[in-house]
Amino acid sequence: MNNKMDILSAKNLSKFYSKNKGLFNKQSINLRAVNNININLKAKESLGIVGESGCGKSTLAKMLAGLITPSSGEIKIQDKDINNYKKYELPNHIQYMFQDPISSLNPRKTIYQSLAAPLKYLRNLDEKEIEKEIKSIIKEVSLKEEFLNRFPHEFSGGQAQRIGIARVLLSKAKIIILDEPVSALDVSVQSQILNLLNDLQKKFELSYIVISHDLAVIEAICDRVMVMYFGDIVEKSDAKELFQKPYHPYTNLLLKSVPKTNQKIKIQNLIETELPDPINPPEGCSFYSRCENKTEKCKDLNPEETIKENRKFKCFFPNN
Amino acid sequence: MINFLKLISRNKLALFGGILLVIIFVVSFLSPLLPLKDPDVIKTSDRFLLPFSEGYLLGTDHLGRDLLSRLLWGTRLSLLVGISAALISATIGSILGTIAGFYGNKTDNVIMRIIDVLMAFPYILLALAIVAVLGPGLFNAMIAVALVNIPFFARNIRGVTVTIANKEFIDAARLSGMSNFKIIIYEIFPNILPVIVVTISTTVGWMILETAGLSFLGLGSQPPQADLGSMLGEGRSALIVNPHTSYVPGAMIFLIVIAVNLFGDGIRDALDPRLSKGELVKPQPVTQIKSNGNVENKSNSFLSVKNLTTAFEFDNKLHLASKDVSFDIKKGECLGLIGESGSGKSVTALSITCLVASPPGVIVNGSVKFQGDDILKMNYEQIRELRGNKISYIFQDPLSTLHPLIKIGKQLEEAFIEHNHQKNKEATLKGKELLKLVQIPNIENVWNSYPHELSGGMRQRVSIAMALTNDPELIIADEPTTALDVTVQAQILSLLDTLRKERGLSVLFISHDFGVVSQICDRVIVMYGGQIVEEGKTENIMSKPRHPYTSQLMECVPHIGFGKRKLPTILGSPPLIIYKKEIGCSFASRCLFKKDNCLNEDIKIVRKGDSEVRCLYPHE
Ligand SMILES: Nc1ncnc2c1ncn2[C@@H]1O[C@H](COP(=O)(O)OP(=O)(O)OP(=O)(O)O)[C@@H](O)[C@H]1O
Ligand code: SF4
Ligand code: SF4
Ligand SMILES: [Mg+2]
Repeated sequence: MNNKMDILSAKNLSKFYSKNKGLFNKQSINLRAVNNININLKAKESLGIVGESGCGKSTLAKMLAGLITPSSGEIKIQDKDINNYKKYELPNHIQYMFQDPISSLNPRKTIYQSLAAPLKYLRNLDEKEIEKEIKSIIKEVSLKEEFLNRFPHEFSGGQAQRIGIARVLLSKAKIIILDEPVSALDVSVQSQILNLLNDLQKKFELSYIVISHDLAVIEAICDRVMVMYFGDIVEKSDAKELFQKPYHPYTNLLLKSVPKTNQKIKIQNLIETELPDPINPPEGCSFYSRCENKTEKCKDLNPEETIKENRKFKCFFPNN
Repeated sequence: MINFLKLISRNKLALFGGILLVIIFVVSFLSPLLPLKDPDVIKTSDRFLLPFSEGYLLGTDHLGRDLLSRLLWGTRLSLLVGISAALISATIGSILGTIAGFYGNKTDNVIMRIIDVLMAFPYILLALAIVAVLGPGLFNAMIAVALVNIPFFARNIRGVTVTIANKEFIDAARLSGMSNFKIIIYEIFPNILPVIVVTISTTVGWMILETAGLSFLGLGSQPPQADLGSMLGEGRSALIVNPHTSYVPGAMIFLIVIAVNLFGDGIRDALDPRLSKGELVKPQPVTQIKSNGNVENKSNSFLSVKNLTTAFEFDNKLHLASKDVSFDIKKGECLGLIGESGSGKSVTALSITCLVASPPGVIVNGSVKFQGDDILKMNYEQIRELRGNKISYIFQDPLSTLHPLIKIGKQLEEAFIEHNHQKNKEATLKGKELLKLVQIPNIENVWNSYPHELSGGMRQRVSIAMALTNDPELIIADEPTTALDVTVQAQILSLLDTLRKERGLSVLFISHDFGVVSQICDRVIVMYGGQIVEEGKTENIMSKPRHPYTSQLMECVPHIGFGKRKLPTILGSPPLIIYKKEIGCSFASRCLFKKDNCLNEDIKIVRKGDSEVRCLYPHE
């Protein structure tokens, strides 16, 4: 699994959150957020992770960026375990761009101050170099220099997201995690940002991990896609193939549910929409309660990863 | 800073408090320079002189000391001690609170348990105990008061720190290579400073009072040194015969505490961003209507909105959020309202039943005819009758309409009882029927749950059920599926569609998503910058949009099935709030089909067949 080509790889990664049962109950319960996941990212590649809210996308991404400590498993960045990096060294290699562009900027700092932080603390530049770098990056993301002395609340979502991109680039990290990069943006601004991300990736040879609930967004910027359900990866594939021919019933459901402009609503029969209880995960396949292809077998047995025609999925009765 | 003073002075009481405080400060701190008698010189021949006696403006005390002089010196001392105590406890309390809030877990537990223990003792008892250990004296009294107030600061600051520490910009700072210490100093501290200031300003009055209390009991300042508390204590023994010796310090304490508290409230309000923009007034139940010309509306459609113009008033200017919006909805029809953030969709929807918060909202013009009657001409009672009964709303965030502390079942029952005066049993039955109607799988369970215990999709079903309690004829749904996952969205849309067809409901459906709108709407309106730019049948708009904005917008929405690629874009971003009247087409700066005369005049909306377009050069 750990290929030399991989710029990032994670093995058997899990995260459980423990919650105390109550004020007087010392016993704690474990909530399963991410369950035994393997990921690998090649240099200059962009990997998409799709899934519904609550499926563990952000927890996974934050573990990779070192913002959350995993419960078990190992993460390697450039073939070195992230625990072996020196303190404050990891952000030089991997960065995280947040979903809400405005709230990821300190409301009481000017844009210049926010952008200067990575240069000062990560790259130890002096004042003059910092100014030079900031001025050049701000052009890169098509913002004006006069914005630098303004405060975050004076920006629109799209502008703030460009600032977020600029900050991430200033760290010179090669791996960037984009958590719902456009979901907070207006439709007409979304595509500008997606194009910018595509261009920057080529120019600076970046590797992206893109998290989104929007399949169209993922398709527009990703080479490979992983579909996540209930803390687990249920299907991995080349982006193009996945969208043309989904194997896992869940991927199929996601694709079917995207509203299209050229058709009226079809009457949905009521299948459950709830995720299973993360405190008492089911024995068998976690998609069982919502699946159209299920049989008795799926109720008791959890499908292992299957490889068929170069596609990887976890399902006994795939769609094709 | 000047702005800040302006804000404070808008609150008259705070201004009064501030001025009073300044006077007290200046006079008492100048007391060493003023031509006052020595406050400690005893002259028993002049005991208990009344105020306005010769040479003694405020009279003398039981030892013949000048009360005016003692009062000013005493005030100075009391203020100094009170403020020092406040600063000490603010510093220590804030440090503890910040550390507890930032590090959380064990650190938090340990610190907060200690604080809890401190708080378990009655306030003044704890202070007494501390003085008892340290021995009487003003300095020790100050320490005691400071210590007693630490928990208060620690708790407040911890709460704010926890909120800030969970913000994304803190994680972003971590990824910028900042250490925890630097994060606390440079990222967290500037954000909690206002809270610290407010907390100081609201507690310093009490601290002055508490030090006075300790002195009054003889545990603070020691004779002959005067502070307000000890003066009061000394005056007490002569309270009946010579009350002025108590009144004088008493009045000063009263003034100080009043002034500090009024001013403190002013600071708190001025630092509150919600209050700093609008006026300090409670919103009214209906939007203010300042319609000048009467709009003629002869339509006898089910709902007919004509020239509806709604604005927000701040800085004494009207900022138009929706301009001349006109549309009709027929019985049983579903009309889609589509546009980007800030285009005025919600404002239009809320204006229909005058739900825009006022102030700052004002309906400047227009007519909203519902089944023949103009809502904008109704009184509050009539509008209220409509709102819960014939017209109901579904919002993007169901939590905003559901009460967080009442179980779902109870809320549904109450909705029935409130509007239809039904009996409890009937209400329960009807409520459960509705939950079944909105396809909730596990009714008994949901009935006994609180809103926050349900998933987003379930919650939205419940709020649809709520909207249906009184058999409405018009449902206004403002982005009801935007916060939901695609799979859940598909189900909610299907549910809404079935319900409206079965019950002949009219729906105004607001969204920013073309795909969603196409699913259930018969006709669509496109809004941009507060104006309707295009209207037409859904199929026509989706297949052959005529307005350049509509076509450009539809083009840049990514669709599935085209792979990794460069997407078409619209330059620039949508206009923010519209405050100045601009001549010409509002989309001109981003339009690919713009010609010179697009900016010469306001563009009128023109009807052609069954569609309307606001453009000089629409696509044919
Ligand atoms: N309470 C308010 N005070 C001041 N301005 C307001 C207020 N509410 C809305 N506005 C302004 O009115 C304009 C129209 O807002 P509206 O909420 O109708 O937009 P919208 O189309 O519903 O956007 P969204 O898609 O974000 O919900 C915006 O410029 C907004 O900033
Ligand atoms: S294993 Fe069975 S239940 Fe699970 S997704 Fe496949 S068919 Fe459905
Ligand atoms: S009026 Fe002119 S600028 Fe406006 S949308 Fe039409 S062509 Fe474009
Ligand atoms: Mg809105």
